[in-house]
Amino acid sequence: MPRLSPKPGVRLLGKLEWYNPTGSVKDRPARWMLDAAERDGLLEPGARILEPSSGNTGIALARLSRLRGYDFTVVIPDNVSDERKALLRAYGATIVESPGELGSNGAIEVAREKAEREGHVLLFQYANPANPISHYETTGPEILSGAGSVDVFVAGLGTGGTLMGVGRYLKERLPDVKIVAAEPPSGESVMGLRSLEDGYHPPIFDPDAIDGKVLVGTEASVRGTRRLMDEEGLFAGLSSGAILHAGLRWAERMDEGTVVLLLCDGGWKYLSTGAWEGTVDEAVARLSGTSFW
Amino acid sequence: MSVNVRIPTVLRPRFAGKAVVEAEGTTLSEVMDGLEHNYPGSRAELVDENGEIKRFVNVFVGDEDVRYLDGLDTPVPADGEVVILPAVAGGSV
Repeated sequence: MPRLSPKPGVRLLGKLEWYNPTGSVKDRPARWMLDAAERDGLLEPGARILEPSSGNTGIALARLSRLRGYDFTVVIPDNVSDERKALLRAYGATIVESPGELGSNGAIEVAREKAEREGHVLLFQYANPANPISHYETTGPEILSGAGSVDVFVAGLGTGGTLMGVGRYLKERLPDVKIVAAEPPSGESVMGLRSLEDGYHPPIFDPDAIDGKVLVGTEASVRGTRRLMDEEGLFAGLSSGAILHAGLRWAERMDEGTVVLLLCDGGWKYLSTGAWEGTVDEAVARLSGTSFW
Repeated sequence: MSVNVRIPTVLRPRFAGKAVVEAEGTTLSEVMDGLEHNYPGSRAELVDENGEIKRFVNVFVGDEDVRYLDGLDTPVPADGEVVILPAVAGGSV
């Protein structure tokens, strides 16, 4: 993405994950988690699978569940975009909505209770080692093979799967590489927390395994997403705009080197949010109260 | 020198219900002391007995997590902002 690079000596590369079968990076952990569950004998034919997801993992699991003959239910916050719900239904998923104001924490809580009560198989991407392994075995090698060298790798922080898997693969081969997370400010207003001790760390995410974390708000995400479109012609999802923002923060401090950004999905599933229409302020106002990560 | 500190919903009862408070300080530790002076007991919410930022608290200066800067010794510029957030499950999943 040379037009977005802040300096001639800094190579800014994007890994475009919307070329996966359901249009996001989550096709990788979905397949690895299902394969592992099958190997471990957790999935009989016709098994009922349940997963908390704000969209992409659910969509990827819905597709594979249909192909492999499983019954799939997804728990999603009720404030995700209409396109995500429509895609989930198109792939045959049963949708259970959790209160949007509780964010992903709320979806996790509802999914855990329902799985225990009704006997679903919970693959649980937040704690499933197959999630980072999928990135260690595929995303990481593809990035190094395509880029040749990497000095900084930036991805969004959700489950931590991409950061952990790609991070471990790259650090084993490039000890000086820096792994940077872009984090949404989702804890600012999430309701239902009674105290800080109610917080949540995804078990697969080790904060000591990364080198930096940049907080990216809605406005910076929208601006970044529009820059990807305006300057590189890349129609990316909103979290990719946040990742560009975090990546540029690091790139501006470098004189030379390679920064790789993991652009985790395309813009199609966010069109109804109006993120590309009107002023940035208008788009931010429309996105207020929605889950777009 | 006064900086703005953004308080998440879950901690606002400890800060008289305010979303943004002011505190004096040129390092994060000094800002925490300033908060403690104005809102007694607030430091213990954020920092453990070993003087480390608690596990379920994320503190950002200039939008960067201080765990990857200098922790409580992280400088806070005059026009800077401190953002305190609880750790919650992220999205994009």
